[in-house]
Amino acid sequence: MATKRHIELGLSDQDILDMYKTMVVARAVDDRADILVRSGKIPFTVLGQGQEGAQVAAAQTLVAGRDWVLPYYRDVGVVLAMGMSLREVMLFEFGKADDPNSGGRQMPKHWGHRRLRIVSQSSPVATELPHACGLAWAMRLKKEEGIVWASFGDGVVSKGDFHEALNFAGIHKLPIVFFCENNYYAISVPFSKQSPVPSVADRASAYGMPGVSVDGNDVFAVYKASLEAAERAKRGEGSTLIEARTYRFAPHTSNDDDRRYRSREEVEKWKRLDPIARLFAYLKEHGLLDEERAAAIRSDAEKEVLEAAQWAERAPDPDPASVGAYVYAQEGDAHGR
Amino acid sequence: MPREIIMPKLGESVVEGVIGRWLKQVGDTIAMDEALVEVDTDKVNAEVPSPYVGVLEKIVAAEGETVPVGAVIAVIREEGEGAADDTEGEREERPIEAPNDKAADASAPLEASEKEQGAPGAPYAVRSPHIYTPSVRRLAGESGVDPESVTGTGAGGRVTKQDMERAIAERESRERSGASESPQRSAPAAARSAAKTAHTPEVTAEGDEVLPITRLRRTIAERMVHSKQTVPHAWTTVEVDVDSLVKWRESIKDEFRRREGINLTYLPFVVKAAVEALREYPILNSTWEEDRIVIKRQIHIGIAVDLDDGLIVPVIRNADQKSIVGLAWAISDLATRARSGSLTPDDVTGGTFTVNNTGAFGSVLSAPIINYPQAAILSMETINKRPVVVGDGIAIRSMMNLCMSLDHRVLDGAVCGRFLRSVKNRLESYDSNTPLY
Amino acid sequence: MAVKNVLEAIRATMFEEMERDERVFLLGQDVGRHGGVMNASMGLYDAFGEERVVDTPLAESSIVGIAIGAALGGLLPIAEIQFGDFVLSAVDQIISEAAKMRYRSNNDFHCPIVVRVPYGGGIHGGLYHSQNVESIFFSTPGLKIVAPTTPADVKGLLRAAIYDPDPVIFMEHKLAYRSIKGEFPEGAYDLPIGKADVKRVGKDLTVIAYGMMMHYALGAAEQLAEEGIETEVIDLCTLLPLDRETLVASAKKTGKVMVVHEDNLTGGIGAEVAASITEEAFMYLDAPIKRVAAPDIPSTPYNPILERAMIPTQEQILIGMRELARF
Repeated sequence: MATKRHIELGLSDQDILDMYKTMVVARAVDDRADILVRSGKIPFTVLGQGQEGAQVAAAQTLVAGRDWVLPYYRDVGVVLAMGMSLREVMLFEFGKADDPNSGGRQMPKHWGHRRLRIVSQSSPVATELPHACGLAWAMRLKKEEGIVWASFGDGVVSKGDFHEALNFAGIHKLPIVFFCENNYYAISVPFSKQSPVPSVADRASAYGMPGVSVDGNDVFAVYKASLEAAERAKRGEGSTLIEARTYRFAPHTSNDDDRRYRSREEVEKWKRLDPIARLFAYLKEHGLLDEERAAAIRSDAEKEVLEAAQWAERAPDPDPASVGAYVYAQEGDAHGR
Repeated sequence: MPREIIMPKLGESVVEGVIGRWLKQVGDTIAMDEALVEVDTDKVNAEVPSPYVGVLEKIVAAEGETVPVGAVIAVIREEGEGAADDTEGEREERPIEAPNDKAADASAPLEASEKEQGAPGAPYAVRSPHIYTPSVRRLAGESGVDPESVTGTGAGGRVTKQDMERAIAERESRERSGASESPQRSAPAAARSAAKTAHTPEVTAEGDEVLPITRLRRTIAERMVHSKQTVPHAWTTVEVDVDSLVKWRESIKDEFRRREGINLTYLPFVVKAAVEALREYPILNSTWEEDRIVIKRQIHIGIAVDLDDGLIVPVIRNADQKSIVGLAWAISDLATRARSGSLTPDDVTGGTFTVNNTGAFGSVLSAPIINYPQAAILSMETINKRPVVVGDGIAIRSMMNLCMSLDHRVLDGAVCGRFLRSVKNRLESYDSNTPLY
Repeated sequence: MAVKNVLEAIRATMFEEMERDERVFLLGQDVGRHGGVMNASMGLYDAFGEERVVDTPLAESSIVGIAIGAALGGLLPIAEIQFGDFVLSAVDQIISEAAKMRYRSNNDFHCPIVVRVPYGGGIHGGLYHSQNVESIFFSTPGLKIVAPTTPADVKGLLRAAIYDPDPVIFMEHKLAYRSIKGEFPEGAYDLPIGKADVKRVGKDLTVIAYGMMMHYALGAAEQLAEEGIETEVIDLCTLLPLDRETLVASAKKTGKVMVVHEDNLTGGIGAEVAASITEEAFMYLDAPIKRVAAPDIPSTPYNPILERAMIPTQEQILIGMRELARF
């Protein structure tokens, strides 16, 4: 029997089982969302199946409500790990009035949750990275504990705000973990047409911070790199750029057909590296899980997700009269939080 | 030919600069690009290079002087000069007026027709006087006055909103005078008339006279308010025994009138005493500028001249360089031109201290308002014969009060007291031994 | 009351508020040791240190983006853009992020930033140091745009902008920095964002302007007064949200309206002002609403003669006013 990697990394048996369950639930959310679109119940969703390992492992190093989290639109695994409920996620899929992320104003999965310190995100990518710097600056001036964690896809690395943010973070040694989920495609454009260097991590040296490239479908590798980066940030040694090499099994969004740009062989090859299957193999090897219990976890997850979706579908839509609300502050709105 | 060196625009949005050290003196030979003078602005400090080869002929702006961008600071006589220069070349070398110079803008001729869209000047299309604007139509509908019956004063004879309002007012006043004779005015008209009245604030009582605010009145009002709200005024006064001055002046005033053609008043004596005291206490000749106090090197005395509808304060430049007669002449000239409305802008700007002759109205005490941004104002009161104690006896002497208001941010009572004592001592010493010229 | 120029008023107000409230901080290229290329932050670095007067890299998108993040984290940032022309690099941050933060998060997040934007021509700044960029942001609900040009208005509105819970573009006309002087109120002096200011009362026509054009309009109004024509001059002060109420009331009073701006004619603030007045005061109008604006040219040329040919002058404004009065 091989050494227990999770114990080496300070994770308990329960921790690693919980992480596994969260990954399974995240997968079930995307699968359900895909069905909801195809059955005409919702107009649109973003898909991230295959990236749950990287997401949940990275989020395991964060403290909800203390650390500022800036996930991107594939990060179902992250927001679930941070404590967003399935009902909240599904209210967002349906764009309902009580959706805590945006009250039905944003397209699904553009996360934002004040209580969980998940910062509202937009669709133009990379714009959130300077926000991460500003949040870190505020933490520094207010002498707050904690770090800022921001994730993004490989397409973001091409944008100016990526450079501007990492540059500033590097200069000022800000406590930020920049977490790139490199799934090798910015919609259809392959990483080779986005980047002249083979790894996102190669860019870190230009910003005076460590660059770490890990197997994004190996939860232990991602957790180890994320933990080290978070510890480094807390010690005041500055930011880290992590590249988690991974893959999305589904198209970019429900509006995309990935057959135009990816061979089925390539997709099948990556599916054999499915992080959920790999973690199951590990858990089984160490006697923490068997096929039967895994199947139960899967079916429970699907059931919970379906229940949440059905509940959210019945939840009230926003009042059309509210379309003009919250353009500016109203009397009594909180300020300077 | 003479070439003007102008204050450069050192940095965007800079409007003035302070002349630093002159690196060249009058008569020095100047090479192209050679540094002439140091200039400080609140953005940069720089040396101004010469764009010409020649000899420095004249320094216009002295060290320490604040000069607006575009103003001439020196003149260079260009090498190889003497040949008849064409004015064409001169015009080419003329500095371009600073675009923020509003006065320059306003005086510049403008070819409106050459302007692009959005510029004014394109005349409105020819209109028929019988097509009415919404405003005229609304007033016609509300009042029943037919615009066809109204004489238009607008462009092309158009009936304007004002024309309609005038016509409506005229009709109402006709109706009102008619109403006293025939009380059977129709109810709606009365209601309309009442509604109109309710819209007009009636703060005047019968017989009150309403005066429009003239521009002069408004300017005075604004300046007085600004000074009173900005400057913490303090006030002090001294008595001056001008008996010997009065006797002296009485003895020479007719002769003076014959010889100079102007009256010899007491004002030039007071101004003379004030400027000499200012030289002794230059802090009185200063300006509060928030982060600093500037003591003015030159003494320019403002004198208040009353006009029919207000007052104006023209300025005697370099008053400390004038004799009593010179001051009398300057005062006479400024007062005459003030009353004829022929003062130039230079005549009314740049004062550093003001002397006010409130005594001319018989006043014996006043608390003048400081002529902002000056630091103090002196008013001379009327001269009266009064019994005063001289030695151990009582004598009848000609006495005058001098009142002064001071900017307490700059000045304190002690220095003002010394200053007033100096003015007083000087005035009390004036007699037939004092040089008039 | 002290007399300051517009630049000194900006500096003094920032100083006062940074002293008063620890959440207020300034960031931008050159704002630190240099004191800002406009000198707006001179002395702040020495007074408050490098963590509250932050010299950033030359990168406008992140200057605004960092401000947004800091605001989300509970601070009250002032982001200085060196020249308004360069704010275009930060438009994504301003329009996609700051302006939409409150709306997209259903009131959970908001973005109390001030972006200070020195704008305007007449300073020989050429195409890229002269632009009027206000119309780019004017059609972005969620933003506020203020453009004061007297030292007192600057103080009242900069204070309001700093503590406003929403993002404010604070437009500073570069030509006004040193040429416009006036009283600088002491202590707490607040003006409401969203209110226009009647700078001169008149009955014959209304001129609506902001920035340097407002000062030119006031000058022209004085000239016109000598001809017996009394002009009401309204300083918009806030461009967004537009104070339609004050504009419409004045239009109803005088019946003749002119809008002046240094920005291009097409799509400028004047178009919205004219449309609003036409909608709400049509029956009171006694002449077509007139616009005086820069012609539709990409930006201000460098040569001073060309520059003068582009930017509306006091004389042009006067001619337009006189013509409108005589209509």
